[in-house]
Amino acid sequence: MSSYHLDHLQYLETEAIHVMREVAAGFERPALLFSGGKDSICLLRLAEKAFRPAEIPMPFLNVETGHEFPELIEFRDRRAAELGAKLIVRSVDEAFAKGIAAPTPGQISRNQLQIPVLLAAIEEFRFDCCIGGARRDEEKARAKERFFSFRDAFGQWDPKNQRPEIWNLYNARLNPGENMRVFPLSNWTEMDVWEYIRKERLEVPNIYFSHTRDCFRKGGQWIPVPPPHTDSSKPDPYAGARPGPNENVRSLVVRVRTIADMISTGMIESPASSVDDIIAEVAAARVTERGSRADDKASEAAMEDRKKAGYF
Amino acid sequence: MPAPHSIELLRFNTCGSVDDGKSTLIGRLLYDSKSLMEDQIEALERSADITGGGQINLANLTDGLRAEREQGITIDVAYRYFATPRRKFIVADTPGHVQYTRNMVTGASTANLSVVLVDARQGVIEQSRRHTYIASLLRIPHVVIAVNKMDLVGWSEARFQEIRDEFESFLPLLDLKDVKFIPMSALNGDNVVEPSVHTPWFAGPTLLGHLETVHIGSDWNMGAFRFPVQWVNRPNNPRDPHLHDFRGFSGQIAGGIVRVGQRVMVLPSGLKSTVKEIWTLDGPLQEAFCPQSVTLVLADDLDISRGDTLVGMEFLPGLSSELHAKVCWMHPRPLQRGRRYLLKHGTQIVQAAVTTVENRINVATYQAEPEPPELAMNDIGEIRLKTARPLAYDGYVTNRLTGAFVLIEQGTNATVAAGMLHPPLESVRPEYSDFAI
Repeated sequence: MSSYHLDHLQYLETEAIHVMREVAAGFERPALLFSGGKDSICLLRLAEKAFRPAEIPMPFLNVETGHEFPELIEFRDRRAAELGAKLIVRSVDEAFAKGIAAPTPGQISRNQLQIPVLLAAIEEFRFDCCIGGARRDEEKARAKERFFSFRDAFGQWDPKNQRPEIWNLYNARLNPGENMRVFPLSNWTEMDVWEYIRKERLEVPNIYFSHTRDCFRKGGQWIPVPPPHTDSSKPDPYAGARPGPNENVRSLVVRVRTIADMISTGMIESPASSVDDIIAEVAAARVTERGSRADDKASEAAMEDRKKAGYF
Repeated sequence: MPAPHSIELLRFNTCGSVDDGKSTLIGRLLYDSKSLMEDQIEALERSADITGGGQINLANLTDGLRAEREQGITIDVAYRYFATPRRKFIVADTPGHVQYTRNMVTGASTANLSVVLVDARQGVIEQSRRHTYIASLLRIPHVVIAVNKMDLVGWSEARFQEIRDEFESFLPLLDLKDVKFIPMSALNGDNVVEPSVHTPWFAGPTLLGHLETVHIGSDWNMGAFRFPVQWVNRPNNPRDPHLHDFRGFSGQIAGGIVRVGQRVMVLPSGLKSTVKEIWTLDGPLQEAFCPQSVTLVLADDLDISRGDTLVGMEFLPGLSSELHAKVCWMHPRPLQRGRRYLLKHGTQIVQAAVTTVENRINVATYQAEPEPPELAMNDIGEIRLKTARPLAYDGYVTNRLTGAFVLIEQGTNATVAAGMLHPPLESVRPEYSDFAI
């Protein structure tokens, strides 16, 4: 057996680096969507591998719902600074103030509201490409998406009319106003992401590891109790998302498997306190990662509908 | 904790006509290899109650879009992922109905292996001949003919042998090196993951057994060194003074091996230099190989940009602006002689005009029909092209990366064709230079 041979992680890595460099060379104003979550953490390492010793030739962009885990925000800001990258943050609250988005009556989750905020940021900075950490194994609609996913001038995805993607010859061409979403981790699984984090010794936010947290039961999941409302000069951002007086708040040993924001992330009960523990847990898991995402449970086509509207 | 043992990745695609049981086969592989999760099985059971009369439909696993579930069809290439302790797998499930050629070419372009499904009751049909043709055209290294629905022919060894004989009557016309035949029932799981009790006469492996063990170590081209330059790496304000003059050429090796100290030629210019350093984030390498992504530093300060190709001095490629190729047409607007397109080859995009449409290949009979008026969607044919600047290329038979291109329609930017280049008539000579000295 020759030594000229790549194992699966090396193969996925070289494929993703190739995709990242195609973005840097093929677009004028790309951005990298960085939330601080595990998938985008891998994207950052791949960007270093693709572009060092030069600078990473694109800013990082994050759209906040206003319900983020504070640990995630801290981690996101610190990593961007460590890498010397420009971090652009746009938020749903800002979008309310500017009239770009309006609260949906009766809807506490702001997941859907990230769509207009993202599209407005793309327009504001004239981004022609956004790199995202989405993976095809996450969800059925994602399974049909290309590495280079074309969006029309309204940010829409048309699943029936995607460009064929052959060999590694990606078609990055756009007309003005059009946009591309590029997913270097398309072929990665949840397990690959954790194995890569282990191999590369990547730091992840501590909420991925087991910790004690107050949670309450909602929609069959353990939802974290939001932080207390301290600034009485502003309305409570978690109004309506707090446990009621009769709800049973319990202190549990939990961690996150996938991160949306505080009101749509189900915590899983887990003693996993290291990346090795997490890998063992993922290997033995009997439900998919997105099984703990309230945003995907809305309907069988929830993701398909959001993507058509411009979700990433 | 020590790193786990190295696991290989095998990419395969499945092809068959409607109702051959492709999606069922993939569902069976996922289900029996315990790659399905409880919420996926729950979702299957939910949709079974709605659309399947209570019967779990394994095909619903791969039919991801609402329109597909409603119409009971597969619109596009769907990718699935599963793993066993021996290998990781990426499956491209390609639909069998209209647009099958376009989608199959897409799914097959990155595959190590193709699974061609045949209904044991029907045996070889026109589609079977098309699918094996495309597998050969795309030069998929390994092919499995899955003779499915064997339960419906009473697990007849004679029937299996008959189908096998029929395939073997035309396989010599194709360029397939490794073809395996496996009798199975995807619906019941026989010979998919678990060996069947119904086929004592069959000594071969199950499908999964074959997928786990087929040798794929030599599927990448380890011959001549080819390096399409993707991106020029020049740090703007390096903190490290050593990097002030750093000028690296980043890319993915598309063929062969590169070593520090090796002589290389830049094409199309013909300039020559020596590899001074193979830079990676993980430290410098002494050598690197296909398909690694690296950054090369050369000993000389040459004018090199994206779209140029660095090649080894042995086994030089062709260099020409007149190209001869087979194409698969992928767009509703047909290909006609004289049309101009953008051609993407490696990391460059050039203007190209179609000068001749030589023939259209009947993929059921393998006969070439000369001088067709046009190539319509899903047609395969041979064409000649003239490009605005010369390409450094190899025949697709030699290198699946440097011998491939796509055509892009100007204006709409639609990807309209996949092309496979014929080997060059002559190679660049070692003394070649584009510059008069």
